[in-house]
Amino acid sequence: MRGNIPAYDVRAPKSLTEALEFLHREPGAWKPLAGGTDLMVLLEMGVLEHKRLLSLHAVPELKGIREEKDRFVIGALTTFGEIQAHAELCREFPLLREAAASVGAIAIQNRATLAGNIANASPAADSAPALLALDAKLELASHEGSRWVEYRAFHTGYKKTLLQQGELIRAIALPKLAPGYVHAFRKVGTRKAQAISKVAFAGLARKAPDGKLTEVRLAFGSVAPTAFRATTAESRLQGRVLDLALIRDAKQALQQQLTPIDDVRSTAEYRRRVSLNLLEDFLLQAKNRGEA
Amino acid sequence: MSPSMSAQKITVRCKINGQDRSFTTYPMARLLDLLREDAGLTGTKEGCGEGECGACSVLVGGELVNSCLIPAIQAEGTEITTIEGIAEGEKLNFIQQAFLEYGGAQCGICTPGMVLAVVYLLNRIKKPEDLTEAALRTALAGNLCRCTGYTKIFESVVRACHARFGASAGASSGDQR
Repeated sequence: MRGNIPAYDVRAPKSLTEALEFLHREPGAWKPLAGGTDLMVLLEMGVLEHKRLLSLHAVPELKGIREEKDRFVIGALTTFGEIQAHAELCREFPLLREAAASVGAIAIQNRATLAGNIANASPAADSAPALLALDAKLELASHEGSRWVEYRAFHTGYKKTLLQQGELIRAIALPKLAPGYVHAFRKVGTRKAQAISKVAFAGLARKAPDGKLTEVRLAFGSVAPTAFRATTAESRLQGRVLDLALIRDAKQALQQQLTPIDDVRSTAEYRRRVSLNLLEDFLLQAKNRGEA
Repeated sequence: MSPSMSAQKITVRCKINGQDRSFTTYPMARLLDLLREDAGLTGTKEGCGEGECGACSVLVGGELVNSCLIPAIQAEGTEITTIEGIAEGEKLNFIQQAFLEYGGAQCGICTPGMVLAVVYLLNRIKKPEDLTEAALRTALAGNLCRCTGYTKIFESVVRACHARFGASAGASSGDQR
């Protein structure tokens, strides 16, 4: 049953300073509210526990995408629709565009924010594998100032993050890539739109002229308590020339990091098999790139 | 404020279908209820109430959104278009007309959302060639219908595109089904 609407107090600060003041003055009292596509669903289900919400929609410092010399900086409130509409960002990071287009459906993409997806900290978040593959960094702002953390370190356990009381995600930075990467993003769900993923994958690979992998980044979502980088498979592949035996090796290495569960959306066994298939598919794509 | 108390009501000013409106409501009230209950615009329908079905779709600032997921406080200062703002008086918009002619509506609950999803797509299309079958299917992917099996809806949308942009619009760009 829907939550009792009059019981929810919501404030809308007009600046980042004002928002951080709210969080500082009463530690833990105010729950940040961005696009609402997660919290309003909890409200509808009657399980939105926080009765005091800080709607960030009017905070200008959290908006906009800016290109710098060696990175893109994406404001926390940037929606998945805005990501897809930003031509330079999409040209630089095709897998981010794919990830943004796989979130819910268009009406969700127009409200759901990148930082909201991160802070909500679901292991099935669509942006998570993409941000992991892109070596994203997060700017966390508080009353005291701000700090940058590696996104890879941000999710410390199921629904647990590095965010301290009084901190907000202010921006997400993505370092630019040298040309020549193979990009992939795949989401496997019940249907293309509006499904929460059973497995999600993001991959980046780059080969030297002699065919050796100079860099490979592999990230998975929905198959462990947090999205993760498949580091064991990555190190197996690093510096090697892709062939079918090496791909088998990499799949075996990935096995060690997969800890999928049975739940309402899928089974552990299905998730495991699909993860291995997605890896194989990506590595074959990388192998064939540049081959006659 | 103690948890048992009520939040203070707020004033929400916005423009709905070109008219300036002002409402006194709770900050967490849903835009869907503001439109249906406070503004009396019942063309916007409630389906799932959790952003899955698209029945409550409206345009806010020109963007297609689910009105069930927007708290009233975030509607302050916005321009909203509902299904009531699509027709010109008694004259139906060409998309609505196509739904009527080609049987795109049965119970009608999903129809306003479907129509607005198509309006949104057509507002964003820069050239008719971009209006592929795949683009139409993506545009409608967030709108569920439990009556029609979608075939009549899709046909209505393709016919509407033909009426507006010529026979090549909405043409198949490969098997997208």
